[in-house]
Amino acid sequence: MKKHWLLAAVAALALGGTAEAKTLKWGAAREIASLDPYSFGETFTLSVLNHVYEGLVRYTGDLKIEPALAESWETVSPTVWRFKLRQGVKFHNGNPFTADDVIASLARVTHETSPLKGNLPAYKSSKKIDDYTVEIEVNGPYPLLLNDLTNIFIFDKEWMEANNSLLPTDSGKGVKGYATDNANGTGPFFVESRRADSKTVFAKNPNWWDKPKHNIDTIEFTPITSSSTRVAALLSGEIDFTNVAPLQDLPRLSASPDVKVLQTNELRSVFFAFNLTDKLFESDVKDKNPFKDIKVREALYRAIDIDAVQKRAMRGLSRNTGALVAPAIPGYEPSQDERLPFDLNGAKKLLADAGYPNGFSFQMNCQSDSLVNEEEFCQAVASMWSRAGLKPNLSMAPRSQQAPKRVKGDFDVISFGWANEPMIDAYSLLVQVMRSKSGTGGVFNWGNWGDPRIDALIDKAGVELDDSKRIPMMKEALKIAKAEHLFIPMHQQPMAWAMRSTVASTVQASDNKPRLWLTTMK
Amino acid sequence: MPAFLFKRLLNAAGVMLAVAFLAFLIFRFVGDPVELMLNEQASQAQRDALRVRLGLDKGFVMQFATFVGNALRGDFGISFRNQQDVFTLISERFPATFELVLVATFLSLAVGIPLGVYTAIRRDSLPAKALQFVSVLGVSLPSFAVGILLILLFSVTLQWLPAFGRGEVVQLGWWSTGFLTPSGRRALILPGITLSLFQITLVMRLVRAEMLETMRTDFIRFARARGLKPRAIHFRHALRNCLMPVITVTGLQIGNLIAFALVTETVFQWPGMGLLFVQAVTFVDIPVMAAYLIVVSFIFVSLNTLVDLAYAFVDPRLRDDAISGAANAR
Repeated sequence: MKKHWLLAAVAALALGGTAEAKTLKWGAAREIASLDPYSFGETFTLSVLNHVYEGLVRYTGDLKIEPALAESWETVSPTVWRFKLRQGVKFHNGNPFTADDVIASLARVTHETSPLKGNLPAYKSSKKIDDYTVEIEVNGPYPLLLNDLTNIFIFDKEWMEANNSLLPTDSGKGVKGYATDNANGTGPFFVESRRADSKTVFAKNPNWWDKPKHNIDTIEFTPITSSSTRVAALLSGEIDFTNVAPLQDLPRLSASPDVKVLQTNELRSVFFAFNLTDKLFESDVKDKNPFKDIKVREALYRAIDIDAVQKRAMRGLSRNTGALVAPAIPGYEPSQDERLPFDLNGAKKLLADAGYPNGFSFQMNCQSDSLVNEEEFCQAVASMWSRAGLKPNLSMAPRSQQAPKRVKGDFDVISFGWANEPMIDAYSLLVQVMRSKSGTGGVFNWGNWGDPRIDALIDKAGVELDDSKRIPMMKEALKIAKAEHLFIPMHQQPMAWAMRSTVASTVQASDNKPRLWLTTMK
Repeated sequence: MPAFLFKRLLNAAGVMLAVAFLAFLIFRFVGDPVELMLNEQASQAQRDALRVRLGLDKGFVMQFATFVGNALRGDFGISFRNQQDVFTLISERFPATFELVLVATFLSLAVGIPLGVYTAIRRDSLPAKALQFVSVLGVSLPSFAVGILLILLFSVTLQWLPAFGRGEVVQLGWWSTGFLTPSGRRALILPGITLSLFQITLVMRLVRAEMLETMRTDFIRFARARGLKPRAIHFRHALRNCLMPVITVTGLQIGNLIAFALVTETVFQWPGMGLLFVQAVTFVDIPVMAAYLIVVSFIFVSLNTLVDLAYAFVDPRLRDDAISGAANAR
């Protein structure tokens, strides 16, 4: 009898152990825009909603593309891709996932008013072959359709129809949407409740098609805007995890026995770019643009003591780079990562050779709330350029104010960061930033820094489906940009997450997106 | 009386219109929402099209006129970032701010009045002088610093109180309240103290000054001469005569507290209107910014009106004929 009682107690204990619900409290730096992934073009919002919604394909923890809602795919012709969809997948409301859902979602995201239309630049049309086969047609041969599709989340067509949400919301016309406050995806978690600015609760989807690698029952997502409060909340155990640990607090967090800091470098590479139009925006050289002379660009490059920037401005956390893309990005080559050495006298000599022995003044546009420690490294570099005899005039303001000036070309030198997201391919930097302005390319070519040789390579790579040919073209283009010193590479940004000992393990990929479906708790 | 009210309403409308006008004048300098709304891959044509759809290509006079026209029909537009009705966004967050302000006001009276009385009647004692000195700190310490210090002490070191948020709230119709749950009440303490600190000092100094004044008057001397207990003199006779200006200032300060709760709300991630406004500024969410400024100016104007009305009721000299005179004078 006594034995039975003991057994029962042990059984109860064991049961209690397994039945204990695991809740991960996530403190983020800001609130997501809404529950509708197509409402605001923001990578962070998409990364949070990726726990609820999924695309046809997805990135693994090491940023390789793998099947998600599509099981396999093939190119029927250079411009038509055929996707075989996964069978037996159910949306959170129980509706089955079929080809109609894919077509309706593609129509919604590529609609004229969708802010995410640009995420699928090559899309032309899609058609249903049968319930589990879809064909997507693109404008021309396009190698990066899969990369783009990782961020195109699939909605349930019936649910959208029932709630009058087949079209995206439109703040211009004041069109609101049901999907803004409600969600119905296929992902590993579903939205249990949401109170904006306080707490959004995601609960485990027991019917997820994939075998869960996580053991989380509930995620409580809370934005905590103030970084000191976020650190305090982590130290006091009110949150378990943050994907934005402030760099200045990392030593303090690491010192706490209950907190673990995960620190690495993200995909975003930071560099300086020049105004290469005929005249400078704000300078004592009125008749021409000194930056058009490669010697001047090289002088600015050589005048930067990158180790000092790394140690002081970046608190020793950034990774110095000579390349314009991070090592994880296709198109990167180790030989490009060599920097020109810091050489102050050489820089002065180059300036004198170029005809500016006394330097010249120019305006430097940096943003106070965009890149990691941007204010600090811009100030450091400005003082280094002053030491070389130049007269940089630093303009520092929030992104919302600086962006319009940058877009207009009202600058002489700008700090620039590019992560190549969501594509995770150097083509993103090449076509959006480096390409001379054209109908579709060079949106971010604000300083007219295009080069016809680079343009030709970009255009060729843009229609090349064979990676073994395409990637060397991109490397060649980046090599030309490097040889011409079109940009001054600086570093790869640091990124830091922090978690309490309640979190056993997580996957920190360099795209800085938390993937809690790959996270386990103790 | 109706004429007085009507004038005040016109006055309120004028103030709100002026605020909106100034706001739209400033909005041109807060930046470009389109760059934040679209993601890096969007083409130039898409950017331009969105700018036109949002009406941002028009001059500020046109934007202002459109806003006023829509606002008159009760349509404040939808948020650029949250894609939600602006009025819903604000009214969802109003209860949080209001409850916080209520707690701060209560604290400022409950702590400020006794301290004020104490420093007045024992004005040469050491504790009173110390309080006077500390109160200078209270006025000059920025509230975000106070907030962080309180968090470090009570949340991190002692682990008594939550560092952020509102705790569990109960929904009563459209109003969400944190007063009805233990975690909701606990969550109010630190932000309440942070927000009230300045106010406590203000009330304390005001009460002290008024008390010193009153204690010199004849009726207090007479009360002393009659041999009343000091306690009765201080609290029943002197303090009562000091409360009128305290109530006025407290009433008017509620508007200030609502507007300045923004810093406290940011530190404590308090989901109120201030936090919403800060987010709106970050993302250049023009509809939310405009509506917030309108709502806050409305609160200011109505509080002023209420205080004026209360005066008229309390002070017979301002009643009836005197009111129309005062209104005409405006």
